[in-house]
Amino acid sequence: MNILSALAVGLVFGIGLIVSGMTNPAKVQGFLDLAGNWDPSLAFVMGGAILVGLVAFRLAGKRERSLLGEAMRLPTATAIDRRLVLGSLAFGAGWGLAGFCPGPALASLATGGTKPMLFTGAMLGGMLVFEILERRVATGRTRAA
Amino acid sequence: MSIDWIHFTPWTALAGGLVIGLAASAFVLLNGRIAGISGILGGLLRPAQGDLAWRLAFLAGLIGAPLVYILFAPLPQARIEAGDGTLIAAGLLVGLGTRYGAGCTSGHGVCGLSRLSVRSLVATASFMVAGFVTVFVLRHLIA
Repeated sequence: MNILSALAVGLVFGIGLIVSGMTNPAKVQGFLDLAGNWDPSLAFVMGGAILVGLVAFRLAGKRERSLLGEAMRLPTATAIDRRLVLGSLAFGAGWGLAGFCPGPALASLATGGTKPMLFTGAMLGGMLVFEILERRVATGRTRAA
Repeated sequence: MSIDWIHFTPWTALAGGLVIGLAASAFVLLNGRIAGISGILGGLLRPAQGDLAWRLAFLAGLIGAPLVYILFAPLPQARIEAGDGTLIAAGLLVGLGTRYGAGCTSGHGVCGLSRLSVRSLVATASFMVAGFVTVFVLRHLIA
């Protein structure tokens, strides 16, 4: 059941991205181009999503189990550290360069030709580098202990 | 700054945003999870038991979305200005950055801000500023 709901949510999420215009990198860059001819659309996308999300996450925060009986896995991290800021800055730089963030890139894979594939392949490569570096740090820690 | 009235689409942007918000809401209420795309994708590279199927199902839905969309309406135009080299560099930055920063536009920007998380607010401000600066350099300094 939770597999089916994940499939449905992924599908609806992707439809939302397409409707919102966020699968068009030029439009995303139009939002990021404050100094040029600014397209405020992305702010409306986030505003609309957060409007709905505010209610849902308030309800979710009061629950011990999800409606399907799953454990609630809400983030517990609150640290504002170098990893968070530098990582987000790097993400933002890549986002500005291509006009793609992870969701729209995936929602463009099936119909967008080779460019979204190239971006997504590199993105997976970056994620793999992260995993390798993290594992190295983890084994280093175990050895030191 | 001037507003690009030709490309500004407040209604479809808002409608799409509401749909994205509904999806994120359904996910946390039904599955008890954050609909953060970079986390869902990146988690595939750290296999844990019982953790694979829901990730693959979510991603299949997301990747299949345009194929369902075109059954009802033509896909909106998409224009990618970046060349292949830039796309690869951008992809690497997005992959590394979202994993170190533990989230992207969906996990921090939509879900985190909906949870009123200060950590996500800092992350969102960081990637927005970096995006603004990058496009400024791209379009106004080196173009």
